[in-house]
Amino acid sequence: MKILVPLKRTADPDNANKIKIAPGGAKVVTDGLEPKPNPFDEYAVESALRLTENGTNPKARLAGDSVVVATFGAKEASQTLRQALAMGADSGLLFEASDENLDGDLVARALAKVVEREKPDLVVMGKQAVDGDSNQVGQILAERLGWPSATFAMSIELSQDKKSVIVGREVDGGVIKLKLALPAVITVDLRIVAPKSITNHVTPQTHNYQEGARYAPLPMIMAAKKKPLAEAPFASLGVEGVKTSYVKFEAPPARKAGIKVKDVPELVQRLRAEAKAL
Amino acid sequence: MVRDTARAFSEKTLFPNAARFEREEKIPREVLAELASLGLMSVNIPAQYEGAEAGAVAYALAMFEIARGCASTAVTMAVTNMVGEVIAKFGTEPQRERYVKGLATGELVAGAFALSEPEAGSDPGSMRTVAERKGDRWVITGAKQWITSADFAGVFVVWARTGGGGTAGISAFLVPAQTPGLIVSKHEDKMGLRASSTCALTFDACEVPEDALLGELNGGFKIAMMALDGGRIGIGAQATGIASAALDEGVAYARDRKQFGKSIGDFQAIQWMIADSRTELDAARLLVLRAASLKQAGALFSREAAMAKVFATEKAGIICDRMLQVHGGYGYTKDYAIERHVRDVRVSRIYEGTSEIQRTVIARNVLR
Ligand SMILES: Cc1cc2nc3c(=O)[nH]c(=O)nc-3n(C[C@H](O)[C@H](O)[C@H](O)COP(=O)(O)OP(=O)(O)OC[C@H]3O[C@@H](n4cnc5c(N)ncnc54)[C@H](O)[C@@H]3O)c2cc1C
Repeated sequence: MKILVPLKRTADPDNANKIKIAPGGAKVVTDGLEPKPNPFDEYAVESALRLTENGTNPKARLAGDSVVVATFGAKEASQTLRQALAMGADSGLLFEASDENLDGDLVARALAKVVEREKPDLVVMGKQAVDGDSNQVGQILAERLGWPSATFAMSIELSQDKKSVIVGREVDGGVIKLKLALPAVITVDLRIVAPKSITNHVTPQTHNYQEGARYAPLPMIMAAKKKPLAEAPFASLGVEGVKTSYVKFEAPPARKAGIKVKDVPELVQRLRAEAKAL
Repeated sequence: MVRDTARAFSEKTLFPNAARFEREEKIPREVLAELASLGLMSVNIPAQYEGAEAGAVAYALAMFEIARGCASTAVTMAVTNMVGEVIAKFGTEPQRERYVKGLATGELVAGAFALSEPEAGSDPGSMRTVAERKGDRWVITGAKQWITSADFAGVFVVWARTGGGGTAGISAFLVPAQTPGLIVSKHEDKMGLRASSTCALTFDACEVPEDALLGELNGGFKIAMMALDGGRIGIGAQATGIASAALDEGVAYARDRKQFGKSIGDFQAIQWMIADSRTELDAARLLVLRAASLKQAGALFSREAAMAKVFATEKAGIICDRMLQVHGGYGYTKDYAIERHVRDVRVSRIYEGTSEIQRTVIARNVLR
């Protein structure tokens, strides 16, 4: 089974409070922030790896299985791909583009082209990028490919014959399970990296993964330097034209200082009279 | 990327637990196993022996990060890497297959480096432990002192006298744990690095086969000195990592703590301590990285390693002390991590060659 995982670089999400807005609100300035993989995309890589390995030997993909990672972005984004290769993915594809000339729709169309070429059985991707928070690409991609999709996955169970998956989605009041015939698109949420969220009928039921995306072990980092990473211009995909343009960015209003109340009765009184919360 | 892995592991697994490791006086076995599986016990070991083969610079970078999270874990990692490297360099093929691989995979848990003795510290050439020939075996008798990780290490490199007096009569041996006659005795009750174990060893007619000899007969002293050159890069990096953790604590405290209606970080006296510390920390890091890159390039690096070690460990000591000062009285309590950093960093000026010995090495090299 072959899995494609698209990746995006985002400005260090752990320091999102350091993002500034250019004068006039024309754009977001992320200078000085370290580019990091979008966390949901890292979870997607982790999910793809768990689907294609025996968890007791995470260094190798199962025979016949592979994980391809792809990104559209600046040349430096190849670093993000290398990181995924160091986690265990087999090969990487970088299509050089500048982030400003991309929107969710164009990325989805470009991914559809990548899918045409790579012919994966499954696309696993983050539910959204933490910078734009658009939450569109997976859905548009599935629509364009005419593939079934499940969004916000919290669990994935691959069938024995590898022809379908059962995806758990967390919704208000419970979990919905969807069965998708492959090929399909899955977008993953945070809980997909819980210790037992992925079943592939190879990793023993008793195996507990560590919570979160795995660290790249040093020997794999070194090995990743030799894994194939192809670079091509974005134009080579033959898709173009953004349909969304940003009108204006505004910072959220600065938080006002809180007030101190002297006791609980005053708190209750003020919550009722001023905040109208009670 | 190596740094990213070491940092992520350090921040998630070591930093939040370092105080507990110290209280429990041990590093949990799972943590050591994870260090091995991430390749951190074999950073500069060839891939052929399951090592990460990431080089000496990556080793220094990883060591900074691990020491920032937990200094005791860092010293365990430092000694294990040093033992692995020395066997990879001087060992025979079967020795490498067995020990270098075993350390890299974590099967042997950790390596121990048994050079110092109760009466032979800075002057290991005066050691008294002897290895005597008995048929096709060696019988080791004597005592070693200050042996890091001795109570759980899977393999020991042991130096013993096989020839005449002085440095020319010393050989190195590889002794697996559990060898009869290798007795782990007193556990030192130390001021710092309390999660790392440091023990005395007794060799009571400890017998090892002929092929336990590492390198050439009577060539052991040179092996020890070469290992320590590399080890000094590790200790310089360790001290820098501890100081960097201390600086983080000090800066955070200086922002938070208010006196005279301002953050104490607004007072120039505090600012200067922070400015000097940041500058010295960077200088220390650069010296360590220079020594590491010389080593990686295969150049001579003995002098540079000694310079990096003495500078980094002494500045790290001053930085930790200043950051305790920034904390005022609170810094003198166990409620804050800074007191642990002050205790942990102190030994870096003593082990793997004291500051005085480093200066001797540097001066000898300069005056030559
Ligand atoms: C926590 C810890 C862990 C250790 N781990 C290990 C280990 O794993 N393996 C191992 O083999 N050893 C280990 N050591 C031992 C360490 O390397 C020695 O403590 C160190 O080499 C100093 O030896 P000493 O303690 O005998 O001091 P001494 O050599 O007695 O020195 C006492 C003082 O005299 C000074 N001095 C000595 N000679 C000279 C000179 N020629 N010129 C100027 N000054 C001099 C020293 O600098 C020092 O200030 C460890 C020590 C500690 C504390």
